[in-house]
Amino acid sequence: MPTPNWLRRRGAKPQAADDKLWEICPSCGERIFIKDLDARLRVCPKCGHHFRLPALDRIALLADGDFDEIAENLTTGDPLGWSDRIPYREKTQNDRTKSGLLEAIIVGFCTIERMPAGLGVMEFNFRGGTMGGVVGEKVTLLVEECARRRVPCVLVTASGGARMEEGMIGLMQLAKTSAAVERFGELGLPLVSILTDPTTGGVSASYGFQADIVIAESGAAIGFAGRRVIDQTIRQKLPEGFQTAEFLLEHGQVDMVVRRADMKAALANVLRFLTSARYGAAEARRPKSA
Amino acid sequence: MNVIVELEKPLLELEAKIEGLKKLNETQRVDFSAEIRALNEKALSLEEEIFGNLTPWQRVHLARHPKRPLAMDYIARLDGFVELHGDRGYRDDPALVAGFAYLAGTPVFVLAQQKGRDTKENLYRSFGMAHPEGYRKAARIMRLAEKFAKPLISFIDTPGAYPGIGAEERGQSEAIATNIKLMTGLRVPIVVNIIGEGGSGGALAIGVGDRVLMLQHAIYSVASPEAASSILWRDSSKAEEAAQRLRLTSEDLFEFGIVDEVVPEPMGGAHRDPGKVIDAVLAADKRALETLMRLAPDELVDQRYEKYRKIGAHEEMVLDRAAR
Repeated sequence: MPTPNWLRRRGAKPQAADDKLWEICPSCGERIFIKDLDARLRVCPKCGHHFRLPALDRIALLADGDFDEIAENLTTGDPLGWSDRIPYREKTQNDRTKSGLLEAIIVGFCTIERMPAGLGVMEFNFRGGTMGGVVGEKVTLLVEECARRRVPCVLVTASGGARMEEGMIGLMQLAKTSAAVERFGELGLPLVSILTDPTTGGVSASYGFQADIVIAESGAAIGFAGRRVIDQTIRQKLPEGFQTAEFLLEHGQVDMVVRRADMKAALANVLRFLTSARYGAAEARRPKSA
Repeated sequence: MNVIVELEKPLLELEAKIEGLKKLNETQRVDFSAEIRALNEKALSLEEEIFGNLTPWQRVHLARHPKRPLAMDYIARLDGFVELHGDRGYRDDPALVAGFAYLAGTPVFVLAQQKGRDTKENLYRSFGMAHPEGYRKAARIMRLAEKFAKPLISFIDTPGAYPGIGAEERGQSEAIATNIKLMTGLRVPIVVNIIGEGGSGGALAIGVGDRVLMLQHAIYSVASPEAASSILWRDSSKAEEAAQRLRLTSEDLFEFGIVDEVVPEPMGGAHRDPGKVIDAVLAADKRALETLMRLAPDELVDQRYEKYRKIGAHEEMVLDRAAR
């Protein structure tokens, strides 16, 4: 895949600190050269295991060409003056270096198979993709701007939930983003979510599962409570494949499970259908009048 | 062990002694009134000493005090409560109580998380931790409230949503997500009362409203201090420090604009005078509803949007390309 212009303008991708040359597939044990892995969209050539995909690569995978980022300078401060084993400001500074991003989500506009759309992609490498004030603000801005431009919105999630280091400001982002999603829905425009590995807690309990169509990526871990919490609370053996995309499909929680290589086509298909001609004179649903 | 139960023991002993003397005073010929007066003063200063300056960790325990008034104690003071059961899909969840009632003559729909008073009731109520079917029952009630244009009041007291196999299989995330979204757009007034423990998304699933009231010694947190301790410190013994850092008290949340009104509690907590506290909460709800019910549905929803739209915190920075 040639490097798109927007990605070139951003500068080089962050280098892995340890300069490793290969990765071991956690599923089949295959030793894969990182160069080969990247060329295959980070999917194991032997068993099809999906490694996590950085946000910038995800955008390159889904957008046709250019990506017009918005709110790119927003970054987190430290609203609670938080420190645990490490001060929060130090953690986020490390995350910036590690991910090459200012926060755990990138939002902007692009075309997907020539259809204009808003696209937000979360980055697990930044604070485990957790949602604090900045992620909540950027999602809200994206959804509001999609409403203004009258275009569909696509949100790709990868998150451990609300960001604890921002306390209740983190939790309240569930309400803020939900309010934006609710308003957006009144315009009759589609919201599609793509749940990738992992999507849990406050992000699955807000826009992750509020979308009109919910797509899960093959093998992704998806749920509300983390395995460890469930384990500690009920002390039962968890069933095999618990909280995987396939498990959720079987239990009626997601519309489809899609492999990474097929993701763009599947997404475009959904967008094309949902934005196709409305029957007769049917208008988009307006806010109900009083 | 609840640290407040331990802390308040000497005070309770002293108060029992005063009661005993009062009885003697009435029945015996000896006058104990001077002793009683002295002991009363001692009790007051002891109360101040114990409760005057509680730490956030002690406040967490106060919010979980075994004698603290529970949601059903508030509901019992409403008129004509009728409980409505079931999500119409799976089962009735006793951790989340729903129904309708009259608050000082105003018809309202009611949602509440109910903990148990003892082990048996706690098992029945899952310690106030709702399953997806509980949240879906709540969603059903929200839609009824909108359809019949009745205000909604909710009482929050939960450690969080139930974490378990069945809850995950039946879509805990989706159930919570749906409720939060539904409440942001609901075209009737919503008053939320945080009365005990507000735990994470499981609390917020009935907690989005036009007015959020919080009892002085209730707590409301993104995660329990115990969970934050094991996740962030990777050490379950740091819960006390986590409680301090999480900013989960009513004063903190009022300062952040997350809570609109703090309802004071008597010295030592709501369980020291439950009737008075319950009346104060319901009076505050009544006042809030009087104001909100004057607004048209569009105004209500717009104001609610702005209320949540403002909550956040961010700075600006230009990505330093050279650093990468």
